[in-house]
Amino acid sequence: MNFNHKYFFLFPGLFVLIGILIFPIIFVVRLSLSGWNSYNPGLDYIGLENYIRLFTDDPRFWESFFRLSFLSVTTVILQYVIGFALAHMVWKDIKFKRFFRVLFLVPMMTTPVIMTVIWRTFFHESLGPVNDLLSNFGVAPKWLTDPVIAKFTVIIVEVWQWTPFMFLLLLAGLLSLPKEPFLAAAIDGASPIRKFIYVTFPLMAPISIGAIIIRLIEASKIMDTVYVLTSGGPGTSTETSSFYIFIKGLREFQMGYAASMSFTYLIIMIISLTIIAKVLTKILLKE
Amino acid sequence: MNKLYIFLKYFFIIVWTVFVVAPFLWALTTSFKDFQSVNAGVTYIPWIDFEPNLEGWKVLIKSPAKGGVDIVEPYFNSLFVTCAASLISIILGTLSAYALSRYTFKAGFVKNNDITFFFISQRIMPPIVLSIPFFLFLSSINLLDSLTGLIVVYIVLLMPIAVWIMVDFFNKVPREIDETALIDGCNPYQAFLKVVLPNSIPGLIVAGMFCIIFGWIDFFFAFILTFTEVQLLPVKIVALNSSVTPWWSLSASALVSVAPLIIVAFIVERYLSKGNLSGAIK
Repeated sequence: MNFNHKYFFLFPGLFVLIGILIFPIIFVVRLSLSGWNSYNPGLDYIGLENYIRLFTDDPRFWESFFRLSFLSVTTVILQYVIGFALAHMVWKDIKFKRFFRVLFLVPMMTTPVIMTVIWRTFFHESLGPVNDLLSNFGVAPKWLTDPVIAKFTVIIVEVWQWTPFMFLLLLAGLLSLPKEPFLAAAIDGASPIRKFIYVTFPLMAPISIGAIIIRLIEASKIMDTVYVLTSGGPGTSTETSSFYIFIKGLREFQMGYAASMSFTYLIIMIISLTIIAKVLTKILLKE
Repeated sequence: MNKLYIFLKYFFIIVWTVFVVAPFLWALTTSFKDFQSVNAGVTYIPWIDFEPNLEGWKVLIKSPAKGGVDIVEPYFNSLFVTCAASLISIILGTLSAYALSRYTFKAGFVKNNDITFFFISQRIMPPIVLSIPFFLFLSSINLLDSLTGLIVVYIVLLMPIAVWIMVDFFNKVPREIDETALIDGCNPYQAFLKVVLPNSIPGLIVAGMFCIIFGWIDFFFAFILTFTEVQLLPVKIVALNSSVTPWWSLSASALVSVAPLIIVAFIVERYLSKGNLSGAIK
């Protein structure tokens, strides 16, 4: 095949992507070394001052980061367990198989912020149906204004929204599995549970890793749900890193400082996701 | 043992179904309520608990001057931005994916897999990291608050998805197809257009669906990069939420906005059952 053609195929996409991205990334790094804020907009050079402030004098950023880790890991684990269970259930023949498959996919097709607006009315403390039904049992949790419960509300909404994506990836994986191991297991008379532990799960390990990593990547960006549901509140109890950077950068216009935070955040994300991918591969593929 | 398993299975499916459907049902009933039936305690069943009316739906098409919310224009903006960005991403992404699947590239230590990873890894980028430079950049070239600016940003969001799905898909299309076409006297572009593309329609549809989903549901960039000239649907609806709370029009507009994507769910399911998605995540 001719040598030159391949570049004509590859380069348009590659260069458009690099062209759009290169400026913002360089600019974030440069901006993070400046003191750009609303009083003093401009690319002056203040060295590492922003980074020093971030690492020594801003517990709120680190708190928001650990909160984000907690939220994303919890939601992804829940999504994986539920998504796998659902995918396994509609994998083989059950009644109304296609109906359930479509139904279980629907939430991921809906716009998160718009559904969150609905969830807000759903969890409304006096006018929402959840507390109305729960009031029969004499409890009325403060879904949106209690610092602890609000986190779980965010988790519930995230699980509703994104379990379908996990379900989709895992079901696609299940449908692509080879038939022979299952025949062998059936001949050996394995019970459903043993079949799952010794055949299905190991075969699904590589797909599971892929699905978990993809979801972790997306979950690490949790921000619009939080913005609409609780606005990071009560206090800062549901504030995630993205949301904190958003407040600093585009509400208080401390652009320089926000840029240093977002660059740090990006680096931490890349490192931690790489580590998680390595660890998961080690654990799941060893068995 | 087996009976217990089947019982648990159906129990779980029913519980999850209720959970999935609940917010939609709630939104559907709420959209027919009026002020009284929202604010004087929780009501569920139309005609019994409250008298349904169409006010929530009527205000959707009224102009704001007449007390409506007018989601028609944001609707078409959203549709246009999503489709334009998806189309550009699919075209560029498919070309790149084809190159990455069929040819070998080598530039120093950078090989095919690294280029593929570069494309896909753009999803790792938190939107907030890009939003600040994009905000300043677009305002410096006067594209802030414009459709063009948004489309440019959305290409970054969507092209990784297109490349990710198409590379795997092309890897499954046998190489012999292009080789036969080349022997028959096509040049590589003709081979690609006339032979490979027609054989890749399922992959293109799946990639297109995913681009449309992730373009349509994005809120963050639209929220930061547009203000008044151009409003996208999610931004418009969320803005409704922060003003007084007309739950009925809120619910109606939410339902209208999620409706078109339900069709996408059917298409995705169809291709899923045929096994066309299977390669994508390995």
